[in-house]
Amino acid sequence: MSNLEGKSTQELIALVQSLEKELAAERSSKNHVRPKIAVMTSEVVDSNPYSRLMALKRMGIVENYEKIRTFSVAVVGVGGVGSVTAEMLTRCGIGKLILFDYDKVELANMNRLFFQPHQAGLSKVEAASHTLSLINPDVDIECNNYDITTVANFDKFLDTLKTGGLQGGPVDIVLSCVDNYEARVAVNTACNELNIEWFESGVAENAVSGHIQLLIPGETACFVCAPPLMVASGVDEKSIKKEGVCAASLPTTMGIIAGFLVQNTLKKLLEFGDVTPYLGYIALKDFFPTMTLKPNPTCDDPYCRKRQQEFQSRPKKQVREDAKEEEAVVHDDNDWGITLVDETPAEDSSGGKDALLRSQWHQEAPQASAPPVEAESVVSGGDDVKSLMKRLKELNQS
Amino acid sequence: MGDDKRKGTLGAIPLLKTKAGPRDKELWPQRLSEELQALIAYTEHNKTSDNDWFRLESNEEGTRWFGKCWFILDLLKYEFEIEFDIPVTYPTTAPEIAIPELDGKTAKMYRGGKICLSDHFKPLWGRNVPKFGIAHAMALGLGPWLAVEVPDLIEKGIIHYKEKTST
Repeated sequence: MSNLEGKSTQELIALVQSLEKELAAERSSKNHVRPKIAVMTSEVVDSNPYSRLMALKRMGIVENYEKIRTFSVAVVGVGGVGSVTAEMLTRCGIGKLILFDYDKVELANMNRLFFQPHQAGLSKVEAASHTLSLINPDVDIECNNYDITTVANFDKFLDTLKTGGLQGGPVDIVLSCVDNYEARVAVNTACNELNIEWFESGVAENAVSGHIQLLIPGETACFVCAPPLMVASGVDEKSIKKEGVCAASLPTTMGIIAGFLVQNTLKKLLEFGDVTPYLGYIALKDFFPTMTLKPNPTCDDPYCRKRQQEFQSRPKKQVREDAKEEEAVVHDDNDWGITLVDETPAEDSSGGKDALLRSQWHQEAPQASAPPVEAESVVSGGDDVKSLMKRLKELNQS
Repeated sequence: MGDDKRKGTLGAIPLLKTKAGPRDKELWPQRLSEELQALIAYTEHNKTSDNDWFRLESNEEGTRWFGKCWFILDLLKYEFEIEFDIPVTYPTTAPEIAIPELDGKTAKMYRGGKICLSDHFKPLWGRNVPKFGIAHAMALGLGPWLAVEVPDLIEKGIIHYKEKTST
């Protein structure tokens, strides 16, 4: 700090002026918010944030890009995948984004994209909503800062999904970007009940594989239909003696999965291309398995079974017939007798791919045999809860 | 929560029958009753086999549980507060037992102090829905976790023995 007392008035005025200028520059750099844009246009000018998106129409990829403004998307989990997903949708000009997360930004998140160190300590939804509304003020962003798996919050969650659409109806799609099994099952339960289509996404704890999966209640497998990879055998204390952290993560894998997630969401919402029902990513081999998962008629979730019945009784959708058969090229003359030969190695096209896919799933058929744990007795819930609670309390005090 | 004794311990915890979560207004009281019976049987077994290691009670609805657990090493007793909610997806998913005071002190923990059960307990739980309940989560989830983590945390000097005025 320079000594102000020894300065002349003129010097002080100059100092104040320069400081004012600096302050104005600082303010304008921080608060450079563009005004809202009422209608998306394809006008090609530098100031139009939608010109490159609207060009998708000119290129014949999307028929009606403006429709994106009519959609409301719920993003559950605003972490490594969810935050990038939300940013991509924001930049695409989605109508409404409803964010769910109850976590805070931490410095340990900085190996991932989107959040910045100065946001540490803020709630993830709050920090995300701030950044996103600066990027695109046209998007309607709603924050929900709570854990969806608790009894008290789940009803709020259901209600938000049910009424979160832009016309007051349900949201158009739910994107699950959570990092744990409990929250995924909660999203599954909600979407089966409300009959809302959703995408599941995930990145493995070792950070080198991930997947996205489209779940259409009744039509494709729900998250509980096919039990996830639960095959660790027995209880072995050594198995929890893992060094380091519970989960590793890479910005690359998370960004790739978020990209796949949003790409397929855009294809689904704007009806272009084919939506992949399941897309895996195995980073170490750069292998991308795809498959379709049929619902399980004996699924544990009663709403899933209900949706399956509804789907069975609906007339089947007509497959679009705009995919023309490629015409075989026939040449008028072939003096040299040139023919095409299939050069794909035999094992590559058959067993190799399947074996690799299998090795990624490590899934064995669920055991229908006797339960792995034997117990001498089974309780039945006849007794009065209040008196049992009292007994437990007494036991606790004795 | 003795390792060698686990088979016997497990036999002492009755299995549950009702598959119902807290959103199931009709069946939840029945499930809760089974949970309490299993917890009572397990606590009684622990007391008679001189292996008493936790206290647990819940709110009226049985959706939020809290209490304490302790671990004895070299004749010193290390005590921790525990808490967890019964998730809406229960019993398809296991309860996530938390020790908030250890949050940030070990890597084998998720936010809010939820202990990491992914590898050693959740698969087992998944195969035993709906037969496993809170008592099983204590015996096979928290018990082994404490047995591995607490000695390690003490050795690293992250937790210290505290004189207790009462037990």
